[in-house]
Amino acid sequence: MVNRVLAVSLLAGLLAGLLVAALQHVTTTPLILKAETYEAALRAAGPTHAAFTGEARVILAHGAAEAGHGEHAEWKPQDGIQRTLFTSAVTIATAIGFAALLLAGMIAANDVIDERRALIWAACGFVAFGLVPATGLAPELPGSASAELAQRQLWWIVTALVTAGGLFVFLRFDAPWLKALAVLAILAPHIVGAPHPAAPESKVPAEIAAHFAALSLAIQAALWLATGFAVGVIWPWLSRRAVAAQ
Amino acid sequence: MNTVAVSTQSSVSERAKAVAAALVLGFVLIYTVGFAASASVHNAAHDTRHGLAFPCH
Repeated sequence: MVNRVLAVSLLAGLLAGLLVAALQHVTTTPLILKAETYEAALRAAGPTHAAFTGEARVILAHGAAEAGHGEHAEWKPQDGIQRTLFTSAVTIATAIGFAALLLAGMIAANDVIDERRALIWAACGFVAFGLVPATGLAPELPGSASAELAQRQLWWIVTALVTAGGLFVFLRFDAPWLKALAVLAILAPHIVGAPHPAAPESKVPAEIAAHFAALSLAIQAALWLATGFAVGVIWPWLSRRAVAAQ
Repeated sequence: MNTVAVSTQSSVSERAKAVAAALVLGFVLIYTVGFAASASVHNAAHDTRHGLAFPCH
């Protein structure tokens, strides 16, 4: 069964990741490249933007790292085909990860793994890992101001895990007090609040940022659903083959 | 349906092993692509991190 989990994760992730990497190439990536031109203009405008404002540090994407390291610039993929290849590979790796988490949940819950159920789990995965964390930390373009990265990552991870757990308890347990507890748990990270910068600093036009936020959520939804669908098709197929081979 | 037969045949310990393997694979991959602080990993994953709404920078 472990082998089948690994095989299905890899296959489903590869297929869904390739599809979504192609989508990214024509949707979110062009907007990221456009935002980087505003970011570069902002960096050229002067050092005042790298200052501290209030409690939250304004972190310029790329700016801090490049200013801090001088001539020892870190490796990064060259613009063009190399950057596209790395982005696609990382998207495929993400899809494999989502497929593995999906399978972990479905096997732990002892669910039958078929297209319909895998898609429902994938939709819940998107709600927990995409939609709900985004209500606190909206998808950002390079160049936007934000609070300290580690704090945002911590809030994102806690919110995603608590939302996933809360959804599961709400959907699978009948006791009213458990359902109420699940709703409270899902709301808790939002009552605490996501870390935000003291003042918005982005020079990227709001129209581009808004378009990007909507697109990136749609892309994550597509990644989850494509991954779920592929898991729901490939798992039964490999299971039938295993039974036939016995 | 064959899948029903397969899933009920699987023993609890086999399922536990499968869940553990899937969790390790899933979390290691998602952590690396979405959260690892290494500058090289960040630069390679940059467009995907932004494109999938992970916190970046």
